[in-house]
Amino acid sequence: MRYVDEFRNTRAIQAVAAELKTLVEPGSHVKLMEVCGGHTHAIYRHGLDMLLPDEVELVHGPGCPVCVIPMGRVDDAISIAERPEVIFTSFGDMLRVPGGRRRSLLEAKARGADVRIVYSPLDALDIARSNRDREVVFFGVGFETTAPATALTLLRARRESVRNFSVFCNHVLIAPALRAILDSPDTEIDGFLGPGHVSTVIGTGEYEFICRDYRRPVVVAGFEPTDILQAVALLLAQLREGRAEVENQYGRVVREEGNPAALAALEYVFKVREDFEWRGLGPIPRSGYRIADELGEWDAEQRFEVPGARIEDPKACRCGDVLRGMAKPFECSVFGTACTPEKPLGTCMVSSEGACAAYYAYGRHRLAVA
Amino acid sequence: MCLGIPAQVVERLDDGLAKVDFGGVRRSVSVAFTPDAEPGDWVLVHVGFALAMLDEDEAQATLRLLGEAIEAELAS
Repeated sequence: MRYVDEFRNTRAIQAVAAELKTLVEPGSHVKLMEVCGGHTHAIYRHGLDMLLPDEVELVHGPGCPVCVIPMGRVDDAISIAERPEVIFTSFGDMLRVPGGRRRSLLEAKARGADVRIVYSPLDALDIARSNRDREVVFFGVGFETTAPATALTLLRARRESVRNFSVFCNHVLIAPALRAILDSPDTEIDGFLGPGHVSTVIGTGEYEFICRDYRRPVVVAGFEPTDILQAVALLLAQLREGRAEVENQYGRVVREEGNPAALAALEYVFKVREDFEWRGLGPIPRSGYRIADELGEWDAEQRFEVPGARIEDPKACRCGDVLRGMAKPFECSVFGTACTPEKPLGTCMVSSEGACAAYYAYGRHRLAVA
Repeated sequence: MCLGIPAQVVERLDDGLAKVDFGGVRRSVSVAFTPDAEPGDWVLVHVGFALAMLDEDEAQATLRLLGEAIEAELAS
């Protein structure tokens, strides 16, 4: 068992795709949202959209943390990174995210700021240990999948008294974002492909409210082609039988209760903010983490003055509509012209998990099937 | 962003770390969130942290369903 190749078997993919056709009412229209950007990327990389029955439409959700960072927070990050004493560390995909006036961390680096890409927050802590005369700041982004890594790194910094390390915290929570999408009046989503990896931490119980309060089915799915198609089959079966339940297609990785040790670390290190602004979605109540007061010494927002300005999204950019599943990337007038992966205008074009970047990279420049 | 890669634990190291193997590439990762991970076990790794132990029985159950789908298609 290698846990990858087995789930990419061509015959199995074809068999499940054939099964899907038996699960839809011909001529009906079913709209399913894949919440996670990792799913979006996998669907277009493997061409799974072309294997779905015509009746099934996939819309892309808000589960790409790079895509939902508002421009004002990027400007705050740049202002910290440009301080001469600072080494600013970040995951690579945040570097091209445009802030106000389309400036990015990558451009700040080109102008001389010491911006470094790290794979893990632990690598940022290592940089702090070996550069005691500098201030090392980690750009904390990501959902509850990534936040435990930041949490454990902060606890380690405190235990080892690494005082030249801090975190600029932009971690967000998935459930409030889903509730905001379900509450928006023009949402017509029939079911959700649940995010597989965030569920390793939060568990599958977090999605019960979608079934209870909104009567929509949720199937937590893995990221290989057979996983995604199987999860679509489970959703279609629930819809056909009139059920709205949380099911777990990704049992080899996800447990109902999540990861108790990771949840305990989140509980201890973070507090939920009253509200947090999401790019394209606006402020969402209780949807973001800040660093708890006990660890305030390691909070970059307490250590450095930041502009903290709110910046409107560019008018031409329809990232907000794309993130809510209201528009396809190619329906945006700047898609592939003023906004490309090399020079993105909107965040959905930045990360490889953004819907626009996936459409651009895999040639979905127009509506392929009517 | 929430990319998770399966890896096999090679050996436990000090300080809550373990050396793991990603199909030939080896790296030390934190196993603080999967304290029971022992050499030979598979874990899902995200940004240098093992977030879950992989369950082979569950994986086999999923593969059995795929096998049934293939048989159903052949029979149709």
